[in-house]
Amino acid sequence: MIRFENVYKRYPNGREALSGVSFSLERGEFAFVTGPSGAGKSTLLRLIALIERPTRGAVVVNQQNTARVPRRKIPAFRQRLGVVFQDHKLLYDRTVFDNVALPLVIAGFPHRDIGRRVRAALDLVGLLGRERHAPITLSTGEQQRVGIARAIVNRPDVLIADEPTGNLDPELSREIMRLFARFNEVGVTLLIATHDLELTAEFPHRRLRLVAGKLLPETAGAEAQAC
Amino acid sequence: MLKRYLGLHAQALVSAAGRLARQPGGALLTVLVIGVALALPGGLRVLVSNADALSGSWDRAADFSAYLALGVGDERARALAKQIGERDDVAGVDLIPPDEALTEFREHSGLGAAIDALEENPLPYTLVIRPASGAAGDVEALAAAVAALDGVDLVQLDTAWVERLRAILALAGRVVDIATGLLGAAVVVVMGNTIRLEIQNRRAEIEVTKLVGGTDGFIRRPFLYLGLWYGVLGGLAALLVIVLTLALLGDPVRELAGLYGSDYRLTGLSAAEAAALIGGGAVLGWAGAWVATARHLRAIEPK
Repeated sequence: MIRFENVYKRYPNGREALSGVSFSLERGEFAFVTGPSGAGKSTLLRLIALIERPTRGAVVVNQQNTARVPRRKIPAFRQRLGVVFQDHKLLYDRTVFDNVALPLVIAGFPHRDIGRRVRAALDLVGLLGRERHAPITLSTGEQQRVGIARAIVNRPDVLIADEPTGNLDPELSREIMRLFARFNEVGVTLLIATHDLELTAEFPHRRLRLVAGKLLPETAGAEAQAC
Repeated sequence: MLKRYLGLHAQALVSAAGRLARQPGGALLTVLVIGVALALPGGLRVLVSNADALSGSWDRAADFSAYLALGVGDERARALAKQIGERDDVAGVDLIPPDEALTEFREHSGLGAAIDALEENPLPYTLVIRPASGAAGDVEALAAAVAALDGVDLVQLDTAWVERLRAILALAGRVVDIATGLLGAAVVVVMGNTIRLEIQNRRAEIEVTKLVGGTDGFIRRPFLYLGLWYGVLGGLAALLVIVLTLALLGDPVRELAGLYGSDYRLTGLSAAEAAALIGGGAVLGWAGAWVATARHLRAIEPK
């Protein structure tokens, strides 16, 4: 579902964020990308969402080599992808409903379907009944869940999340991870970047460990925790 | 598919109107700027077309007189009048016999006693000729043809001032054309700048929309409709300005015309002209928004 082949990413300022990263994520897999800040986790996710393009190597998502996606095809590419951002990236002049509905409006769903799907997504993240609220009146954890509802409302095959629990207390973080695990159970491929090793230790999923732009060899779960 | 497409556009149209309604102060200023910029060429055009209509009613000014030679008698004079009257480029001929001319002259000149002292009538037969066409070359050609006729002594033509007026009106029309072009361009620039600011204000929204897969068309659409609304409202404002101006000028113009013994009145905009004004505003607003989105939307990429 997601495949990196010897990927390098060097930014215009000369910093090399990723060097020679290769891995492959099968359909329906759930993996964490861990590592200290600045290790290249965000860059890795940005390459998947086509916010950046690799300097060298190939990134393949949904059987599509991102290098062969021209600029005008990027919207269609992103419509098949769910992305959760650390800073939520909500629109604060619109209601919770309108925020979650945005991907459906873009995709041109009929009005009736939009209402049904938005409420289903909000129900999943436990925010049904808050549709008419402004995002600013919600807590950080609730805002994060609005962002998650928006990412899943279009039922993407792949969901990527950049530090989705970055600003949350441990209990809320655990709750959100459980939510992701539920999506995974219905077949969504998940890749979640986090620096919270304590949290990932509680989940038995695969771990891609980045250090200074390089992927460490994968080992069994117990040993990985030691890093 | 088409229904969906139209639905998206209808939604963009309505939500752009809502956006204007939420910031009425700023929107009103922009609408007024566009309104004034459109009212200037629109209003000038109305004035020029009024002047044109007025000059059309002066076609009689192209009438000219042909004085026959003194020895020409009644029979020959009537034959000449008939001959000229039958020409295609002549609308009418009046024959003024010397007696009648003398009577009229005596009444109007105040030289009654002097004229009575004359032994015989010194005036010739006069033909007052009204050309079928008041156009410049036609009148001269007719005058030359008449002058060449046997028995015609002198043709007095005084159309120069009509020519000058027509030339001035043509010049004014050209000036209005140029003003229309320049102010139209100004509207596009004003609109482009307004939309550019709007794009800057909604930068975060554009970024997020791009992140969740919004196409260029989807992102551009609300700005285009915003430009359309500004243009339509600007056109309406211009219409209002012109109607008010004509109402203010109406009475003085009627008074002035009355002094010249005319019942001339200013004509306003026809329905088609009003529609053209509003439609022109819409097109210019849309064009300005298009320029702004083409230049600035692409630069905003998610970070």
